[in-house]
Amino acid sequence: MALKQSVREETHKVGADQLIVLKGGSGKAVLILHEELGYPGWMKWNEALSERRTLVTPLYPGYGRTPRADWIMNIRDLGNFIARFVREQNLAPIDVIGFSLGGWVAAEMAANDPAIFSKIVLIAPTGIRPPEGEIKDLFTVPALIYLRESVLKYESSKEFSALYDGGLSPEQYEAFEDARAETARLAWQPYMFNPSLPHLLDGTANAPTLLVWGRDDQVVPLSACQVYQKSMKNVRALVLDGCGHRPEVEKSEQFIKEVQNFLG
Amino acid sequence: MHIMWFTERQYHYDPETEPERSAKLENQILRNRSFFGLPNENFDAQQGSMLLNEYLDEKIYSEDLGFDGLMLNEHHGTPFCLGAVMDVEAAVLAKATKKAKIVLLGNPVPTVANALRLAEELAMIDLISKGRLVPGWVRGAGSEQLANNANPAYNREYFEEGVDFILKAWTKPGPFRYEGKHFHFRFVNPWVLPLQKPHPPIWIPGLISPDTAVWCAKKRFPYIALATRLEPTVEMWNMYTEAAAREGYQAGPENFGYLQPVFVSDNQQRAEELGKRFLYGGAFAHFARPEWMFPPGYNSKEATRRLARLPLAENLPGKPIHEGGGNETDEELKELRDGVYARYDESRRNLQMIAGTPDYVIPRLRKVLEVLRPGIFSFWLDGPVGYKDRVKCLEMLGRDVIPAMREMGKELGLVDPFQRAPGSVPLASGRKPESVAHPDGLASMPA
Repeated sequence: MALKQSVREETHKVGADQLIVLKGGSGKAVLILHEELGYPGWMKWNEALSERRTLVTPLYPGYGRTPRADWIMNIRDLGNFIARFVREQNLAPIDVIGFSLGGWVAAEMAANDPAIFSKIVLIAPTGIRPPEGEIKDLFTVPALIYLRESVLKYESSKEFSALYDGGLSPEQYEAFEDARAETARLAWQPYMFNPSLPHLLDGTANAPTLLVWGRDDQVVPLSACQVYQKSMKNVRALVLDGCGHRPEVEKSEQFIKEVQNFLG
Repeated sequence: MHIMWFTERQYHYDPETEPERSAKLENQILRNRSFFGLPNENFDAQQGSMLLNEYLDEKIYSEDLGFDGLMLNEHHGTPFCLGAVMDVEAAVLAKATKKAKIVLLGNPVPTVANALRLAEELAMIDLISKGRLVPGWVRGAGSEQLANNANPAYNREYFEEGVDFILKAWTKPGPFRYEGKHFHFRFVNPWVLPLQKPHPPIWIPGLISPDTAVWCAKKRFPYIALATRLEPTVEMWNMYTEAAAREGYQAGPENFGYLQPVFVSDNQQRAEELGKRFLYGGAFAHFARPEWMFPPGYNSKEATRRLARLPLAENLPGKPIHEGGGNETDEELKELRDGVYARYDESRRNLQMIAGTPDYVIPRLRKVLEVLRPGIFSFWLDGPVGYKDRVKCLEMLGRDVIPAMREMGKELGLVDPFQRAPGSVPLASGRKPESVAHPDGLASMPA
């Protein structure tokens, strides 16, 4: 996990459990919800957004840094746990950016409490069963294979390949295994979606939402984007050509520009 | 000594009578780099039917040959083991045999959807066999979690809670409601209960998992090491013995069992040729691809940390141990196969595989017994070897080897769990337990 020097780490007590939160940048807070393989590190998009905003990134319990919270047994539980942190820190309403599984966490939070967010950015979120295609199975391939297949062109995603090339240290292997294990605990079955989520979203007046999706996403098929669009209100979908599951890395410039414009 | 025999009931073709089909299947397994995940279009039901019947016939016959126990196991989604639901086979054996124990090592509790149903199945086997069942429990191989869609992150929790629940279902008067963490039953009242009281003896097989060994010691369940190397097996048994001492008892041979691949023939060269095939039938990569061996959360945090630092770990992060697969030339496949078979010599030297005439085999078995001192011993026969050769091996084991083993067992004081209840020898608090294994014997292995 690459951590920029200017990023500070805070440890919070949320109920009986510990939550490590990374904070970087300055300005109005934006909540960053990480993906199923844990926090990938401070990248170009973090740097760009942190010029105007304070990025608040909770590292979910059980994902390597803090012990699992035994009572958190599904993504809705995790969403409620993060929501408690947001409430107790007086951060609501807050903007949120959620990546893949983190997007699902954000969607569960929005369905449960629409007022918690002021603006929502979901990047190829899991959480809804795609009507066409299947969400790629993280649990039947090694982590690095999954990562490599999450981008359309691994070699040309330089920032990404710099993070994960050259083999993995024992520490990185452990971190991936911790994340995979905790993700399995939370999202084994149904795999990476909650059948009730579209119905719950449908009944809420969610904050303005931007969906960002790669047209060639091999992890969460684009068809899921249409269900999110149909289920949520006040939503715009940005579909990027020549892009896989990681627009923030594969189409970094465009991603930064669109997200900055949207968040204001 | 309690002497058993075991086979995985591998799906195979006899390489001597059906060389083409045998080679084709072996190549498919090699291409797949694993037995698990081989497409089931390779399964021929006619062949499967024939093999299952042969395996059952052998098991029934082995009772007459002097084996005390007939050991079964189960695996799922793999040609390595045709016993996908071993309780079905056990029920057949329960009716067709008279005195041998039916030893199930073991039911993969975490991957069985309904633990109450499992309690009932096993109770029926105990009743039909008139009290000859020895159930065992396993967590299931990593691949089993995928084959049965059991969440691997809860594997150990399912395992421990499932075993506790089954024992309750057998012993606690019903009806009662059970509400655990993972298992919930509104109405527990199985009418069919085991004949053996309070419940059948439980033995637990393992592959060098300290967590399991310590758990067994706490429960006073014998621990059966499944063909693991001698040195780590000694370490594991010492760990068990220490844990037993903390529970206030001295472990003995009755607490330990060992599974040993052995192939016997009247010709040394032939025995080795077949033994090699038995041990490495097709490929050694039974569950070798890491994505199937280690599904997420299947290992404890400690085991994951250890794994990350092993030399093997360089293969773990990003790619299967054997990268690629699928389009190899005949030459490349031969190279792969040779690599697998090349491990035979090492396994012969360290006694993981013993193949030969009775005169060759008996002193080596003696060494294993001297070092590990198990009260339970199981012969393991497997691989693509024809029925005739397998039966011949069993007959020679019965005629020449088992009598010698029994003598050695008496001489070495290897009491089994039916002679002395595991956990029944008290150890005063604070007193250091005696090691059951005698690792000094490792210094002088037979040439």
